[in-house]
Amino acid sequence: MKKFLLALLFLPLTAMASDEVYLDHAPVNLDNYASIQRGARLFTNYCLSCHSADYMRYNKLEDVGLTPDQIKNNLIFVDGKKVGDTMTIAMRPDDAKKWFGSAPPDLSVITRSRSPDWVYTYLRSFYADPTRPTGWNNTVFDKVAMPNVLWSLQGKQVLKKAGEDGAKPEFELAEPGKLTPDQYDAAVGDLVNYLTWMAEPNKLQRMEIGVYVLVFLGLFFVLTYFLKKEYWKDVH
Amino acid sequence: MSAMQKLVGWVDDRFPLTSTWKAHLSEYYAPKNFNFWYFFGSLALMMLVLQIVTGIFLTMNYKPDAELAFGSVQYIMRDVSWGWLIRYMHSTGASMFFVVVYLHMFRGLIYGSFRKPRELVWIFGMMIYLALMAEAFMGYLLPWGQMSFWGAQVIISLFGAIPVIGNDLSTWIRGDFVVSDATLNRFFAFHVIALPLVLLGLVVAHIIALHEVGSNNPEGIEIKKVKDPVTHIPLDGIPFHPYYTVKDIVGVVVFLMVFSAILFFSPEMGGWFLEPNNFIPANPLKTPPEIVPLWYFTPFYAILRAIPSKFGGVVAMGAAVMIMAFLPWLDRAKVKSIRYRGPIFKIALVLFVIAFIGLGYLGTKPPTPERTLFARMFAVVYFAFFVLMPVYTSIDKTKPVPERIPE
Repeated sequence: MKKFLLALLFLPLTAMASDEVYLDHAPVNLDNYASIQRGARLFTNYCLSCHSADYMRYNKLEDVGLTPDQIKNNLIFVDGKKVGDTMTIAMRPDDAKKWFGSAPPDLSVITRSRSPDWVYTYLRSFYADPTRPTGWNNTVFDKVAMPNVLWSLQGKQVLKKAGEDGAKPEFELAEPGKLTPDQYDAAVGDLVNYLTWMAEPNKLQRMEIGVYVLVFLGLFFVLTYFLKKEYWKDVH
Repeated sequence: MSAMQKLVGWVDDRFPLTSTWKAHLSEYYAPKNFNFWYFFGSLALMMLVLQIVTGIFLTMNYKPDAELAFGSVQYIMRDVSWGWLIRYMHSTGASMFFVVVYLHMFRGLIYGSFRKPRELVWIFGMMIYLALMAEAFMGYLLPWGQMSFWGAQVIISLFGAIPVIGNDLSTWIRGDFVVSDATLNRFFAFHVIALPLVLLGLVVAHIIALHEVGSNNPEGIEIKKVKDPVTHIPLDGIPFHPYYTVKDIVGVVVFLMVFSAILFFSPEMGGWFLEPNNFIPANPLKTPPEIVPLWYFTPFYAILRAIPSKFGGVVAMGAAVMIMAFLPWLDRAKVKSIRYRGPIFKIALVLFVIAFIGLGYLGTKPPTPERTLFARMFAVVYFAFFVLMPVYTSIDKTKPVPERIPE
């Protein structure tokens, strides 16, 4: 019996080890509007031409402190797009599939299907691989069709030691980019912070209201508890 | 006579208003010793109402169209005023409805609430449970994410395992050769009107049957056996209203605190209430590496996978659900409540709970040889609990049950 319970306990652990990839912790902080704004700038400059965010309206960025003019002048690069429009792209999924092998996914809720940690590690794990058609590979997503679009910022890194069984892989920066490694990590942090915010822009409002709801229910509990006690006096 | 009394009198001459109120609330005598486990009946009723009301508001903005469904859910989450709140209430509500219903069923199991004369209460309850599973399964297709799509694909294809008619039957259910727009539309129709109507009807029948025979209690003593000689009111009974209405309100508030904590702070519940893969739009060309149903189906899903043959698995899964309906006739003990039962039943119950939770856990994980072995062992325990029940409950040593509910 003891052995059986012990086996039961370790069953999930043994099974988890096999398919695990090493993930860094993404510095997500939805209260940091400046970071979300910087992330939005990176997103619209580097992601939003192959990837869409079909369900995200530009003017939702007003929630993180931008004005409609700031959004229009700094983040919208397509003629005729209004701030109330969604972040669609001109490339058709069928064409994208022909050109890249698979259509780049919509990023509206990407951090809810992949975790923020996954995206954060993924965007920092590209390495030069001459055997791939794009010249790039990724330790988080092996043989990914996407090239390292941020390479001008990050530079070109090569894989020194692959991380096996969930261990952290080791890279070497062969060619420096415009940013230092620390600056690049911070920039990707901003981008992931933005993606996380974009996946659920009402999250902060939700948690704020949640506090009020719980406080109200707490007070209401006291009332209902004493009401019940008053009625039940004559039963007990 | 006041104007109000006059009005009520006017209605009573034409409609059984006061008599219905009395029969089901103010003069429905419930045992005075209901405990924690007795909150879940009224909570289940509240969850039904909550799902219907939030569902109505979701329907106002949701589009049952394979091209638009996923986007319309995001539209509700982002652009509809308070849409996120309504949607999270509905998604959290679905899982919490099952939490409440499972606890409600477990209450029936430990206190013998399914025993004579409450067999029909139990049968109606089982029918509610079946309808609820169908309701949840069809509702889960509507967000049109990867898990919606592939979950439906897997479950409907199970009907294909039935000999001779199987493939035609699953095509007939889908309205297409794969899960498609046609499937989405019909599931929407079933989810928003057909099954809710069935559920409401069954809930009414469940409550009418219960109020006909009276509620059981943690002692498993029939309070109707000892009545006041003059008033004919059970001596251990108290009127449901106001005593249990005020008590159930406390239960509702505590439950809503748990509910709100999940809804406002972790609506995905770590992937248990909203699966990560369901944030990817349905793609018929891309099978996800793991197809996992939501947690409330996983015990039965694990039984399905534990059987090597597909048809055998389908039969076992169906049997696992249906066998619960036979409890009133499988249990041969002289007593109802676990409080007066002997050690054999208690051990059997503990093993059953371990097996049920174990199966639920294994159903969420991809199968490995060890996991399949455990799933088979748990499945055997699950069925043995029911099949052997006539034997072990009749040889089990029970304690004598008192006439009256002890103070």
